[in-house]
Amino acid sequence: MPLVMPDLKPITPEIVMTCLALFILVADVFIKRKETLALLSIIGMAAAAFTFALPGALNTTFGGMFISDGYSMFFKIVFALNVILTILISVKYLAVERVNFGEYYALLLFSTLGMMIMASAGDLIVLYLGLELMALSTYILAGFIRYDMKSNEAALKYFLLGSFASAFLLYGISLAYGLTGTTNLDRIAMTISEKGLAGKPALTLSMIMIAVAFSFKIAAVPFHMWAPDAYEGAPTSVTAFMSVGPKAAGFAVIGRVFLMAFPMVRAEWVAVFIPIAIMTMAVGNIVALSQTNIKRMLAYSSIAHAGYALLGIIAGTADGLASMMNYMLIYAFMNMGAFAVIIMLRSEGFKGDAISDYEGLSKTHPLAAALMLVFMFSLTGIPPTAGFMGKFYIFMAAINAGYTWLVIIAVIFSAISAYFYLRIVMNMYMKDPKETVTLTTSPSMGLALAITTVAVLAIGVLPAKVIYLARVAFP
Amino acid sequence: METNSMGFPILSALIFLPVAGAVLLLLIPRSKEMLIKAVALSVSILAFIISLPLFSGFNKATHAMQFVERQAWIPTWNITYYLGLDGISILFVLLSTLITILSILISWESIKNKVKEFYISVLIMEGAMIGVFCALDFFLFYIFWEAMLIPMYLLIGVWGGPNRVYAAIKFFLYTLVGSVLMLVGIIVLYFHAGRTFDILDLATRTYPYQLQFWLFWAFFAAFAVKVPMFPVHTWLPDAHTEAPTAGSVILAAVLIKMGAYGFLRFSMPLFPEAARAMTPAMLTLSVIAIIYGAVICLAQTDLKRLIAYSSVSHMGFVTLGIFALNTQGMEGGILQMINHGIVTGALFLSVGVIYDRTHTRQIADYGGVASVMPVYASLFIVFTLASIGLPSTNGFIGEFLILLGGFTANQPAGVLAATGIIIGAGYMLWLYQRVFFMETNAKVTGLADVNMRELVTLLPMVILVFWIGIYPDTFLGFMHESVRHLIERVNTGGAPGATTIAKTVSEILQ
Repeated sequence: MPLVMPDLKPITPEIVMTCLALFILVADVFIKRKETLALLSIIGMAAAAFTFALPGALNTTFGGMFISDGYSMFFKIVFALNVILTILISVKYLAVERVNFGEYYALLLFSTLGMMIMASAGDLIVLYLGLELMALSTYILAGFIRYDMKSNEAALKYFLLGSFASAFLLYGISLAYGLTGTTNLDRIAMTISEKGLAGKPALTLSMIMIAVAFSFKIAAVPFHMWAPDAYEGAPTSVTAFMSVGPKAAGFAVIGRVFLMAFPMVRAEWVAVFIPIAIMTMAVGNIVALSQTNIKRMLAYSSIAHAGYALLGIIAGTADGLASMMNYMLIYAFMNMGAFAVIIMLRSEGFKGDAISDYEGLSKTHPLAAALMLVFMFSLTGIPPTAGFMGKFYIFMAAINAGYTWLVIIAVIFSAISAYFYLRIVMNMYMKDPKETVTLTTSPSMGLALAITTVAVLAIGVLPAKVIYLARVAFP
Repeated sequence: METNSMGFPILSALIFLPVAGAVLLLLIPRSKEMLIKAVALSVSILAFIISLPLFSGFNKATHAMQFVERQAWIPTWNITYYLGLDGISILFVLLSTLITILSILISWESIKNKVKEFYISVLIMEGAMIGVFCALDFFLFYIFWEAMLIPMYLLIGVWGGPNRVYAAIKFFLYTLVGSVLMLVGIIVLYFHAGRTFDILDLATRTYPYQLQFWLFWAFFAAFAVKVPMFPVHTWLPDAHTEAPTAGSVILAAVLIKMGAYGFLRFSMPLFPEAARAMTPAMLTLSVIAIIYGAVICLAQTDLKRLIAYSSVSHMGFVTLGIFALNTQGMEGGILQMINHGIVTGALFLSVGVIYDRTHTRQIADYGGVASVMPVYASLFIVFTLASIGLPSTNGFIGEFLILLGGFTANQPAGVLAATGIIIGAGYMLWLYQRVFFMETNAKVTGLADVNMRELVTLLPMVILVFWIGIYPDTFLGFMHESVRHLIERVNTGGAPGATTIAKTVSEILQ
């Protein structure tokens, strides 16, 4: 059999990213100013994103193992935005934390590369490869502040529970392979319908194992235990990165695997995801009410948002998936914006991550407070912000698929969430400052805030374009 | 794209002029307080002037929407930017633009901290309020309806009284829970009607009774909280009491009208059968609100709280009139909304005037104010009597029509509601007596009478009180056609045959 060179065009972005990450790793040795590395990473990422649009980029290659389609492309845009915004908010912050090392940028890029591979995986093995690349890089990033106990703890917890999840995934994959004799998603689906495997306990078990593993990744209840500690302990910029990237990647593979490989057992996996979604919304929103640390609060908020996004998967329609994708994009903007403000409060000798640190912020720093207000209302889902459009689309898709009762539960929890998001607003606007908070600002931070604020408001007022993009991305 | 006959998008201008004004304020340095106030006032006056052609250019001979603007907004979901006014909504737009000017005037000296943010909130509020009354696309309506929560939450929470934080969050959560249930209802309706949010289109269709029933209650959750109707009214006394004067005025004059407006614009034309069937329940809740609100007023020791509870009672009249489902009741209900906006708005403005001087809301801290501030006392008595509903004031016209309609529709309801007026006279006159007569309290001696700014603020209200009281047709004339059309729809819409609650319950149980 002659060796045929596979079509490399669809995989160009990943190749560019790999070269870029390796280059940053090497360049770190020679470049003393780490800001230069940040700049190079952003330029490289933008170049990789540019290759998304090259002719022939949308195709399947490596014998169906790697799928580059509108769906994966949309997620890759989210990942690119995520990493660029993370780098922008990290530059000054790393110096404040005294961990200004070049590996940081290389790890961010490797992790993003992992996510991109996950989004494009047409084969369970490729999926696992991407997932591990993403996860391992993120574990290191979570523990990036070596001298800080909490950061170490975050990394260790994240690592242990993450490995646990990987084991589940491998178990699920091996069961699926054992039953169908293939790891290709399309062929798994075909074999299931040809051999009439639907309803077999082993297949259901395999599906549940895979669902559990992904639930870990998106921090869905009851597999969320790692999230609050990891989010609180990790460097704030990494928390921001983790709360958007791996979660979006997790949703990308959930959408792909369950709708592509397991359409025959849809009833079963919907039955698994519905209680998970309800618990996720309930625990995320209710536990967030009592938090005193804003990073921890946003960790629970991030759990809750995974619950809303799961409704899109449960709906299982083209609109459902599009609404989930749309939500991830919007969530990336609003969550990154909120974390950018949190990072600004961190200064030499001042942690700035307690909710009480926000008291009177509108008096001392009116602009920062106003931006935080926008992000908090967006996270609550109050129009005219992007957060509302995101939720609205998900609710619409779920109701259209017949899950009106589930949406009623979701809107009630969404109303409850107003309480803890507004607590930040209340602290900023309705209380007097206790101590003077100095903001750590930088041009790159300003740019990140400008991008996120404009995006949150613009998508809130004129969402047509974004919604259209998400809708056509799904075949 | 469709533009209106004036060749000028007047409604968009009304909505976005205040928003643009707010953005302009954002750019003015914080230290220039005088400039900030001047800009805010000019913007609100300009908006009022722009709204005047609506008054003169409105064609009263048709129920059709006027000044219509329509443009595609989110084509994927078939959502349009669709605005228009009919005889039901036009008066509220005018009320909103007027009230905003007065709110800014009354806050001129009393708001001392975060001045910039205050006026930004008030202007954004104005834009959102006008948007709610103009929107003819359900999605657009919901955007304005919810967006309003943000500035109002800030107005109460930042510039309010001692217990403001609690009142603000209570207001926010009550309203939000109601609204999100309506949101679910809106989406269900959207899919049932074949993917459209066009309110006028939706209101021409017939829906199965089961669906009407559930959606009626989903919408009820949102509107009843806003009105507020009896079991869900508890946010209102707190919010009204703790809000700064401008906040109370906007809340009382415009915000709580949106609930009743929602019933008229959505619940009735969309779900006529359910509306008919639920009439007994609605009338009962209205009568409870009227009497309960009035009785509670008698026990109040706080000026603003008393007026707040009187709102519960007065809004009970409004819902009674609306759900009488006949011409008198409905026109009376709409007129009474305007009246209540004027009178209660004016009462809150008046309380603001004296609160700025004494910084107390306790009735016991007053007494003998009439001898210290005679001009103020005479203005206040006008509003007191209008609130009671004395003939020749606007309150009389509204309440008379409502009782007429209510009595025609359901005699016991009409009779019981009338007792509310008697209690109303009791608590308002007693309030007036305790504050303005009796011996002069040491805390009020030497207070200055109303100044020019305050007089200018209150005078338009006095004029409106008598104008509507003596020649209501100027205002009723706007609504005749629209109300006739609405009643036609409610009473003939849906399948023939009377539906009762008993029948409904048995159907649901099956």
